[in-house]
Amino acid sequence: MVPTYCKFVIFNKIVRLTSKMLFYSFFKTLVGHEIIVELKNDICVTGRLHSVDQFLNIKLIEVCVSDPEKYPYMNYISESFIRGSVVRYVQLPVNSVDSQLLQDAARKEITIR
Amino acid sequence: MNSFPPRTATLLYELDKKLMVLLRDGRTLIGYLRSVDQYANLLLQQTVERIHVGKKFGDIPRGVFLVRGENVVLLGEIDALKEADQMFERVSIGDILALQKQEQDAKIEKAKSIERSLKRRGMRFPPDLVQDDFL
Repeated sequence: MVPTYCKFVIFNKIVRLTSKMLFYSFFKTLVGHEIIVELKNDICVTGRLHSVDQFLNIKLIEVCVSDPEKYPYMNYISESFIRGSVVRYVQLPVNSVDSQLLQDAARKEITIR
Repeated sequence: MNSFPPRTATLLYELDKKLMVLLRDGRTLIGYLRSVDQYANLLLQQTVERIHVGKKFGDIPRGVFLVRGENVVLLGEIDALKEADQMFERVSIGDILALQKQEQDAKIEKAKSIERSLKRRGMRFPPDLVQDDFL
């Protein structure tokens, strides 16, 4: 099956409309996988990706934080909505990312513009 | 309500739930989410600001709170079971503020001592290391 993020390189018109959405589509293919989100205030949140939106806001379920002693309030929640603008890094599972495909999609996106 | 596509991170599902909101300056608010928009501006009702120091915490009642979206770091529904777990000890507002002040003073003191020892070695201390704030 072709992942959704390379589907729209096939349809030029759609590409024009959604070319900024490459990573949105990319993240959508990762729904259900365990990821680690590192925030700009150095909190590392681990969780299963529940959903993502156009701003790359991320919703995680089964959340746990790397240093619970330091962030006691994280004990109250088991799912969390993270605003896209505060994310520094996202660590992805190696096996669920086809980097070749992603690279191709990114290249195509450049040539179309 | 069903106009947004599925699997899209939306705050609409969190409406009227009791949420913990972490702000960019490190504060945590707890309240009932009454309204949201696309910027993640939040309207919270029956809000308390919860301050944690070590194993203790205190709540400052804040009433209705409108949070501008850019200040939101993360938010999550409060797990009633986890909150009832009594992991932390509740203390009065005065006590928790005093404890917080102590903690902050200790932090500033530590930063100053690092600064002093760096100065002795002829290095400058980056002043923003003292702040917890980011962005």
